[in-house]
Amino acid sequence: MKLTLTEEQEMLKKTARDFLADKCSKTFVKQMEESETGYSRELWQEMADLGWMGLAFPERYGGGDMNFLDLAVLLEEMGRACLSGPFFSTVVLGGLPILDVGSEEQKQEYLPKLILGGKIFTLALTEPGYQNYNASSVTVEATPDDGNYIINGTKLFVPDAHIADYLLCVARTKSENEVTIFLADAKNPRINYTILKTIAGDKLCEVVFDQLPVPRANILGQLDQGWSAVQKIIERAVVGKCCEMVGNIQRVLEMTVDYAKERKQFDRPIGSFQAIQHYCADMATDVDGARFSTYQAAWMLSEGLPCIKEVAIAKAWIGEASQHVFALAHQIHGAIGVTIEHDLHFYTRRAKAAELAFGDANFYREVVAREMGL
Amino acid sequence: MDFSFTEEQNKFRQEVRNFLEEEIKKGYWEPACDAWVQGFDLGFTKRVAQRGWIGLTWPKEYGGQGRSHVDRLILTEEMLRYGAPAACHWFGDRQVGGTILSFGSEELKREFLPRIVKGEAYFGLGMSEPGAGSDLASLQTRAVEDGDYYVINGQKTWASCASFAQYFDVYARTDPEAPRHRGISEFIVDARSPGLSRIPMTDITGTEAWNDVFFDNVRVHKRYLIGEKNRGFYQVLHQLDYERSGMERLMGNYPLFEAIIQFAKDNKLSQEPVIRNKLAQLQIEFEVGRLLIYRVALVMEDGRAPNWESAMSKAYSTEFEKHLAGVAMEVLGPYGQLMSGSKLVPLRGMALHSYLGSKGYSLQAGTTEILKNILAVRGLGLPSS
Repeated sequence: MKLTLTEEQEMLKKTARDFLADKCSKTFVKQMEESETGYSRELWQEMADLGWMGLAFPERYGGGDMNFLDLAVLLEEMGRACLSGPFFSTVVLGGLPILDVGSEEQKQEYLPKLILGGKIFTLALTEPGYQNYNASSVTVEATPDDGNYIINGTKLFVPDAHIADYLLCVARTKSENEVTIFLADAKNPRINYTILKTIAGDKLCEVVFDQLPVPRANILGQLDQGWSAVQKIIERAVVGKCCEMVGNIQRVLEMTVDYAKERKQFDRPIGSFQAIQHYCADMATDVDGARFSTYQAAWMLSEGLPCIKEVAIAKAWIGEASQHVFALAHQIHGAIGVTIEHDLHFYTRRAKAAELAFGDANFYREVVAREMGL
Repeated sequence: MDFSFTEEQNKFRQEVRNFLEEEIKKGYWEPACDAWVQGFDLGFTKRVAQRGWIGLTWPKEYGGQGRSHVDRLILTEEMLRYGAPAACHWFGDRQVGGTILSFGSEELKREFLPRIVKGEAYFGLGMSEPGAGSDLASLQTRAVEDGDYYVINGQKTWASCASFAQYFDVYARTDPEAPRHRGISEFIVDARSPGLSRIPMTDITGTEAWNDVFFDNVRVHKRYLIGEKNRGFYQVLHQLDYERSGMERLMGNYPLFEAIIQFAKDNKLSQEPVIRNKLAQLQIEFEVGRLLIYRVALVMEDGRAPNWESAMSKAYSTEFEKHLAGVAMEVLGPYGQLMSGSKLVPLRGMALHSYLGSKGYSLQAGTTEILKNILAVRGLGLPSS
């Protein structure tokens, strides 16, 4: 057992932290939130040049041959910096699923472009209505028509769809539980996007497929039997989100402790008051619990071990933990923390979005209950 | 990062489990909550000792096995999982032996460590006093030099494992003129010493696990001073870090955890969404707590004394323990109020015992408030209040 990073991972962490401190200021983050695209092409290319997109892909596609645990370290730093843009969509929701289930031909075609920063990917999974993330909740349909499938229906909360080059679309192709993943050209005019205004200022879209034809050759993985691949995508996405959240709340803990050391009332730093100290201690416990449970899940994923329970524990924990952390961070920051000039809100807003993404704490407590045999 | 155990560690865990299951099968004892502090079973301690499982991490020259802190955590985790009656050796193994090893003279090490390892020396603690709880440095028990001896007078309270102990680890003031942190020393006191008397205290569960211990001109030879004179307060801080480092609190009521899950399944209560949610939350809290505690073992394995890390895990674990007992009482409904021995009592009264008993564990070995102070000041660098 070892709970520390390797030397290589520490180096990656440091490089990422320095780079993002330089390139991803809160002024930049704010600009991205206000912009139509939500990302900077220039920064995107720099990240690709650093090898970030390709980090967890095999060398034969131009990747860095590192594993998911290494990617976890990078995602944590991105969460810490509130990085805007389609990295998560492209790599976690798009590229790694192609690596999982794509044919060799598909991998050859798509992965090198992705790794070089040329193409943006995302996943269209969630649909209107309550999400319970099982196959029967997929209602968007794909019906066969000559050599094509025709996709019809509405997907919701699709990140970065408006700038994506390719969409992985999960659609029902047969009976209730039989779904297929299609790799669709996102620029096809039969797809309509509406950017939703969200708490995090990220670009989640409503995506309407209006008779979109997708060639049969663009089926990713098995026809009708796509749900197990989707489950794996969700599992990885959950852990990836947890990694971002760990970076987020770790940074918020540090900001809060720093503030408590500096801010004086009654002629002493407020951090010398036990009430504040205990709040900070509670935050630290929540953050460390989040870190270890998240990295446990990331390590298991990386090792290819079954980890339904551990993934659920990580997401359920961090969903609750981040709520406590932000309640206390705002309380300790006092009034300055609720102003738009202060940086804290960038974290507050992103944490809530991440908490809701791919299932919240209640959802994953139910998963844990099932895993306990209840 | 690597969250797996080595093959040897897995084998060791299995070996411990086999041993404990065999013990239960033979009817030597029944799994019980808090058996590590309330289950005095000399036979069990001797059988554990025969396997070399006391003083597991200590150097071989003192009878230990020189094994890792992770190995020891695996061992104690399994003892707690099975609710094994390990109270005779627990305190010597967990903290007093470690204190002797860190601060004691060679003579003390040779006298006590091999005997603790063999299950032949049992320790109780003499820290708290009626007027000195969280503010331990205010303790009033006096030790006055008299030739080759110290003469101890005063009262200790909440002395753990005191009824059974052959020795007490006692902190007493040796320099009343010095600043209070710098005038305390640590002694090993034979429980049979003339002038030492103990009166059991009954806690709200009805258990007599603690004692008031009175010292009336108790004479202790100077060779039983542990470490330097007047450095006792710093030694006790060190010892408390170790006392807090383990799974005791997270798993003190583990037999209840297993039992209430089984109860919910057997009675179809586990199909109710609210109960599923609560039990799952307990499982999540348990597993996260376990990681926080393994972190402490890894800190020790790195050769550092755990400090804020064990403050964090202990504060966390006592909350878990209370939460578990509270949920168990909810699941049992009105049956939860039935005491052990009553007609219709469910789960041998474990839920009620734990519900009452868990109130005390966020007080001993550092109250939750003191632990959070440590975490804030030592861990996060906040200014002392």
